[in-house]
Amino acid sequence: MHRTARRGLAIASTIALLIGAAACSGDGGSTSGRGSVPGVTDTEILVGTHMPLTGPASAGYSKIAPATKAYFDYVNANGGVHGRKITYEIMDDGYNPANTQQVVRQLVLQDKVFAILNGLGTPTHTGVLDFLKTNRVPDLFVASGSRSWDQPDKYPGTFGFNPDYTVEGKILANHVKTAMPGRKVCFLGQDDDFGRDSLAGVEKVLGADGVAVKQTYVTSNTNVAPQIGAFKAAGCQVVVLATVPGFTALSIGTAARLGFRPQWMVSNVGADHPTLAKQLGEAAPLLEGMIGANYLPMQNDKANPWIQLYTRINKEYNGDAPFDGNTVYGMSVGYLFVQALLAAGKDLTRESVIEAVNKGGFQGPGLAPLRFSKTDHSGYGGERLTTVTGGVQNYFGPAYETDEADAPVAEYTAAPVQPPANGIPTVS
Amino acid sequence: MSATRAAAPPADGAVDPATPPDLPRRRGNTLLRHLAVVAVAGLVLVGMSYALEPFRNFQLATVAAYLCATAGLTVLTGLNGQLSLGHGALMATGAYTVAFCQTAFSDRGVTGLWLLPVSLVAAVAATVAVGAVVGVAAARLRGPYLAGVTLAVAVVVPALTVTFDGVFNGEQGLSVPVEPPPLALGPYFPYERWQLWVAGAATLLALLLLANLVRSRYGRMFRAVRDDEVAARLAGIHVARTQVIAFVVSAATAGLGGALLAVLAQSVSPGAFSLTLSLFLLMAVVIGGLGRLAGAVWGAVLLVALPDLSHALTEQLTLSPAAAQRLEGNLPLAIFGITLIVVMLVAPGGVQGLLSRLGRAVSARWRARRS
Amino acid sequence: MDRFVFLTLDGLSRGAVYAAFALALVLIWRAARVVNFAQGAMAVAAAYVAYSVSAATGSYWLGFLAALAAGLLFGAVVDRVVMRYVDHASPLNPVIVALGLVLLIQAVLGMVYGSEFRPAGTPFSREGFTVGGLALLSPYDLFVFAAVAVVVSALAWIFARTAVGLRMRAAAFAPEVSRLLGVNVGGMLTLGWALASGVGALAAMLVIPTELGLHPHAMDLVFVSAFTAAVVGGLDSPPGAVVGGLVVGLVLSYVSGYAGSDLTPLAVLVLLLAVLLVRPGGLFAPVAARRV
Repeated sequence: MHRTARRGLAIASTIALLIGAAACSGDGGSTSGRGSVPGVTDTEILVGTHMPLTGPASAGYSKIAPATKAYFDYVNANGGVHGRKITYEIMDDGYNPANTQQVVRQLVLQDKVFAILNGLGTPTHTGVLDFLKTNRVPDLFVASGSRSWDQPDKYPGTFGFNPDYTVEGKILANHVKTAMPGRKVCFLGQDDDFGRDSLAGVEKVLGADGVAVKQTYVTSNTNVAPQIGAFKAAGCQVVVLATVPGFTALSIGTAARLGFRPQWMVSNVGADHPTLAKQLGEAAPLLEGMIGANYLPMQNDKANPWIQLYTRINKEYNGDAPFDGNTVYGMSVGYLFVQALLAAGKDLTRESVIEAVNKGGFQGPGLAPLRFSKTDHSGYGGERLTTVTGGVQNYFGPAYETDEADAPVAEYTAAPVQPPANGIPTVS
Repeated sequence: MSATRAAAPPADGAVDPATPPDLPRRRGNTLLRHLAVVAVAGLVLVGMSYALEPFRNFQLATVAAYLCATAGLTVLTGLNGQLSLGHGALMATGAYTVAFCQTAFSDRGVTGLWLLPVSLVAAVAATVAVGAVVGVAAARLRGPYLAGVTLAVAVVVPALTVTFDGVFNGEQGLSVPVEPPPLALGPYFPYERWQLWVAGAATLLALLLLANLVRSRYGRMFRAVRDDEVAARLAGIHVARTQVIAFVVSAATAGLGGALLAVLAQSVSPGAFSLTLSLFLLMAVVIGGLGRLAGAVWGAVLLVALPDLSHALTEQLTLSPAAAQRLEGNLPLAIFGITLIVVMLVAPGGVQGLLSRLGRAVSARWRARRS
Repeated sequence: MDRFVFLTLDGLSRGAVYAAFALALVLIWRAARVVNFAQGAMAVAAAYVAYSVSAATGSYWLGFLAALAAGLLFGAVVDRVVMRYVDHASPLNPVIVALGLVLLIQAVLGMVYGSEFRPAGTPFSREGFTVGGLALLSPYDLFVFAAVAVVVSALAWIFARTAVGLRMRAAAFAPEVSRLLGVNVGGMLTLGWALASGVGALAAMLVIPTELGLHPHAMDLVFVSAFTAAVVGGLDSPPGAVVGGLVVGLVLSYVSGYAGSDLTPLAVLVLLLAVLLVRPGGLFAPVAARRV
């Protein structure tokens, strides 16, 4: 057979395959006409997200989207939002930015979702910011504490959710400054914007020379003994960790191995006690006294009405999956999204939902204020400290609020709100 | 013992269509024939860009970008017998170079259609430089030792972006400013169609050059070195130089592929060019059919289509939330894994090997019936 | 000086595990001329068996033994069910099959156990003995050294002193002649795979408790380090694997201790190039590699 003909065959069959795939997907490539809103019908709102469901980064995070979906299913079973049911399409990107490109385009161009909700990860989500902006897709409540989501002029449709790492660093450092003055403070951070922004926050409060030893780690090297050894040699008394859960556990375990027991101050990212205790196994008592930070109800606080609500939903709509901080997080994202949809009104458009979030004023499970406004697209603006006593993580002291610039760390005194009786927000 | 070689020709390579003994009845000029194929492919691509919806256009553009890398890897591993686990890193080199160039242009307010080609050429040049360095080291090494070094390269390059985060902005990466389609195409020209045109044009050009190279004296030298180094040296071929040239050619196309990916994504970050990518590229060319450029096409299609197809498959199953959480994501990987194993056991020549066998069988029957 | 001692000991205890894992790679390479990229995934699967057994019985040691048995079994199964039928005409084919196995095994583990990190227990305390304010080796580190030493000596003994070892070497070195002489070449190959996979399982049992915990991807990074170690030492040389493992462990420890952990991948590449450009077949290559 002639080579050219064979190559032609290869190309032709490729084309056939792709055209076939395109034909399967239904309607042609016409751009959405004016008047109809992508992903919204009279009975349905289609929303998508990208999450790591597989791969090394999926531990813990893979539970968030199913929890959000469970909350939506609960809302749907109770009549939906303005009569529309929410369909949540979860795409696995394995925390790989190249996959995120593909799946987000599939969601937006192919499945025509109304919005992207709670896309997870700084490196992954950064890559699709421009694409979402060009296509005017609302990009709500990104699951990461990077400051990149708060650029209303550049990305008017993008909004954060987590308190940013600098806010968090300031609040942790403020506690060191007021409750443990004079102690030698050291810092271990992930070698990316997480660690950098967090250190910036700590230094804003303690001063540039307030941190005695600064170390970084990379996720591709699971031996932190050299860093922890340096802390021990320098005689650090307080160690601030801007670490993911795996490396929090690793650092605390390694320190114990070296006979080094400082006061740990851990970022919300890596401070979830059940996750850490599970990972440390028998060594879980090492977590005793660890100070962390959070801004959502504590998953073990059975008396908290939000937790009661979430537990019930988890049982009925999430196959009674193990209940932890990620479940609380996922459902809180769902609650906030339903609030935003309600505020956007019955005539739901992409513009109206962005306008509604810009208006702000959402009250929910959070212990700190949501900062949304026309000029501020960052999420929660504060946190409350937690500590572990008797193997149980509890809040202590007041909640704090601050910003990523030079505002002081101030107490946030507003009383926490109760969930509505049926667990579904109402139009405010 | 074949231990000194990284790769021998596929099992049914006795009729390797690219080997000289096979071309007695070739008509016309190779370059002209390749030009014709490329022209037809280009026309088909343009037609498809109108027939397909935007997402498929983007996927096809991604296939084109990966095709550059898989074609380069095919030349290196399939034709020259050097195993590389580090092509993802070479793609990263091209991708970051494009990011720097495009950012520099946009910061200085320079605009124009010619910017993108300039950036792409710069990306290829940068990757050629890196490829030459790695290639010189690689020419001394064989089999698993070469694999070890290229594996280390695959791990190092993404890590460097974190070490020098002042330049590369760490894990978060850089954004790649790309201009909208030229206004001459109309105000509502779909962006994805433009992306396909850009990626398709660059890839077809690269394939044209590669196809001619493979048919040239250099291609024969590549294969001679792969098949028997000692014999090649006896025939007067400078083995080390040939290997370095193969590596550089392969690096150039990988760099172009990475650059195109960056342009398509309008961003670049180290996570997209991890060791996993390097391994997937290798798997793709082997499944596609090692040693044939057409196999590289299948490999590139596979890289883009398979995750999509297996995701669609998972969606068909209705499962309890708990089971769905476990299967989601894992099932596609399991299917990919099984496919790899089965293909290697049943059809080591890959998809293209199967097709050629099929084609030969059909044409043999046809000829038999005529006589 | 304290810091140097600390980093050295820390590097050695890591290096011992890399050595064991590299040894497993060398075993398969010698027996079958295959770089077993699936070794990490197979070892993790064995460690999950240990996890299940330990969880059911409450005994670390039962789990430990179960992991070794599972490791041996997985090796034999992979050889008998898959690798035997791979066309070895191109050395690439088994590599690709091994990569396919990695995907399959990790996906199945993810489906069965989920993607959460699970705690991996240790039989001995990991708290170091303190001498003059400096934490030195822990009982667990000593256990790691002892286990690796036992395995290395046992393998050396098997290959050098026993009839089975002789047959295995013969089967790998000259399969046709061995078959003529009545050696069960296929059986020896399977035994080689089983042994290697058992050693891999042991390495996983030793290293996973010192890392993030049990996870389908728990051995990915260890595999990269161990492969580097095996290449540095020379893939044909078991002593090379041990030395290579210790060298890689030390380099990683010194670099992250003195220069910063983000530089460790670069250090590994520099080490590889430095060794291979001088000795293209690794430190312990039996003969100088053919120069071209």
